[in-house]
Amino acid sequence: MKLKRSSLLSAVAALALLSGCAKQSETDSDVIKVGQFASLTGGIASFGQSSNNGTVLAIEEINAAGGVLGKQIELITEDDRSTAGEPANVVRKLIHRDKVSAVLGQVASSMSIEAAPICQDAGIPMITPASTNPEVTEKGDFIFRICFIDPFQGKVMAKFSKENLGATKAAILTDVKQDYSVGLTKYFKQTFEEIGGEIVAEQSFSSGDTDFKAQLTTIKSANPEVIFVPAYYTEAALIALQARELGIDLPLCGGDGWDSPKLFEIGGDAVNGCYFSNHYSQEDPSEAVQEFIAKYKAKHGAVPDAMAALGYDSVYVLVDAMTRAGSTDPEALRDAIAATSGYKGVTGTITLDENRNASKPAVVLKIADGAASYMTTVAP
Amino acid sequence: MDVFLQQLFNGLFLGAIYALIALGYTMVYGILRFINFAHGEIYMVGAYVAYFAATALLPVFGVGWPAFLILLVVAMLACALLGVGIEWTVYRPLRDRPRLTVLITAIGVSLFLQYGGQSWLGAAPRAFPALVPKTTLSLGPVQATNLQIVVLVTTVILMLALRFFVMKTKLGKAMRAVSHNVQAASLMGINNDRVIAVTFAVGSALAAAAGVLYAINYPTINPLMGLMPGLKAFVAAVLGGIGNIPGAAVGGLVLGIVETFAGGSPVLSPYRDAIAFGLLVLLLLFKPGGLLGKATVEKV
Repeated sequence: MKLKRSSLLSAVAALALLSGCAKQSETDSDVIKVGQFASLTGGIASFGQSSNNGTVLAIEEINAAGGVLGKQIELITEDDRSTAGEPANVVRKLIHRDKVSAVLGQVASSMSIEAAPICQDAGIPMITPASTNPEVTEKGDFIFRICFIDPFQGKVMAKFSKENLGATKAAILTDVKQDYSVGLTKYFKQTFEEIGGEIVAEQSFSSGDTDFKAQLTTIKSANPEVIFVPAYYTEAALIALQARELGIDLPLCGGDGWDSPKLFEIGGDAVNGCYFSNHYSQEDPSEAVQEFIAKYKAKHGAVPDAMAALGYDSVYVLVDAMTRAGSTDPEALRDAIAATSGYKGVTGTITLDENRNASKPAVVLKIADGAASYMTTVAP
Repeated sequence: MDVFLQQLFNGLFLGAIYALIALGYTMVYGILRFINFAHGEIYMVGAYVAYFAATALLPVFGVGWPAFLILLVVAMLACALLGVGIEWTVYRPLRDRPRLTVLITAIGVSLFLQYGGQSWLGAAPRAFPALVPKTTLSLGPVQATNLQIVVLVTTVILMLALRFFVMKTKLGKAMRAVSHNVQAASLMGINNDRVIAVTFAVGSALAAAAGVLYAINYPTINPLMGLMPGLKAFVAAVLGGIGNIPGAAVGGLVLGIVETFAGGSPVLSPYRDAIAFGLLVLLLLFKPGGLLGKATVEKV
């Protein structure tokens, strides 16, 4: 009896193993798995949903056109719920259980910084579409980004504030919980002081806060001419509302973290007359941009924001590298991504430098009547 | 000086909302000697009820004071029912169990509402519609909005109403009797179940009012919005002396003002929340009964 049970067990185990192997090799030959982690829910869900929409659109296009290396791409998306700690979990799952060939994600720098060492240690290439904090790609040679970095973005907004808005005194309100915000603050301050401006007040908050009146009252008393708010859209909108309530009619300036329809929905009239830097403008007349907008509208029924455009480009950069590498071997793929040069994407021409960052121009948008319109382009 | 007055006003306003939530904590504690940790989530549900009611009602009533009052009442009634429902289904069966059991259960209810809310309502923040056109007022050096004034006025009215209810009505008297001694009260013919249900209803309605008042001033709501204000209001309740109704009001105001002054100082602003909770630690060390509470020796 005892013998019988154990032999039965081993037979079942063997069967399970066999079927497991069979399934594994079958999927291996059929599809290329690409993992994506994004904040589909939670405080920065607008970013995750947009970049995911862009990613899905690109992958559907590529699959419809016959896929890459003769295979279809299977996208496996995991939601990190905008919660610190989750990116590490979901990216481990993507790498070790789903065995993806590459990882795409995230928009928020803090999230990407969390996931990057895991991809690096596992030797799986990771491309972040929109994380701008320099630290992300410093995690190792498997980590890439297709957007500009904060030293550049901070510089753009500092120069814009000084030269275009004519401000010599600026105040800064930083989100101390976000690496993105802390980084931008540092570079804005550096450049603004270099070109002869003065930072008259520096205040901080933590993402998730909703009351900013205390900080804004202090800022108001310092009499700045412009307020730099490198926050994400929910907080940025609330800050704008409360600033207006306190009678602060100054322009607020921000970075690409402002780019979300929620900014206008929550902020309403309060965000009028504010400016932010971004990766692309929907008003760009170039054919690539307009064609992308038309396709995106047809699929998702909305005008794509910058995160959607970057999500879209990140897939094409990856597929371009797969084609050049001729395989999905992680090291060959890494070298091919690193060699990306002059790729013409929706968000501009993408060339990766030796630090695995893209050097691209930024646009500055002005908000009026609940929409952001193109002001100027600043080249690196 | 202008800055000082402005910050004082900002703090008063924030404190008023904390105070409204803190009242519910302190009332339940006064009667049942346990902390209803799900209270912050009732506040969140209040804001959501108003949100959904607003999408249905605004086309009918249009933006204005009637819409605001109706939504306030709807949210308060809905949350009073929710509070009684939670007490009925979850806390009542556990009433004779050790207090720790009930406390852990309360944390369970709180997490259930937070994550249930995320899964049913979606975790993305929603923009709360404007119920009343906002105008900015200058009161001397202080900049305020009509909505902030509404918060202060509503808070004062609700607190006075609560005071009247507890001190002058028969039910309020019964409530005080139960809080004094449960067994003796029931021997005197007081229906404890009824008094406890009313306590939950009133406390939850106040939390709902706080939720609506909060949402019209900070027009974004999400299922986790009750977490921080809930904790802060708990601190406020303990600060004022838990179980003591005027204490909760004083605790809320003190906390709001301290937090605002900390937040406005360049050095202390990153430690704003730490200061709020640090204040609790200090108070418990030096005056364990709270500002208005009296120290009692608890028999174990």
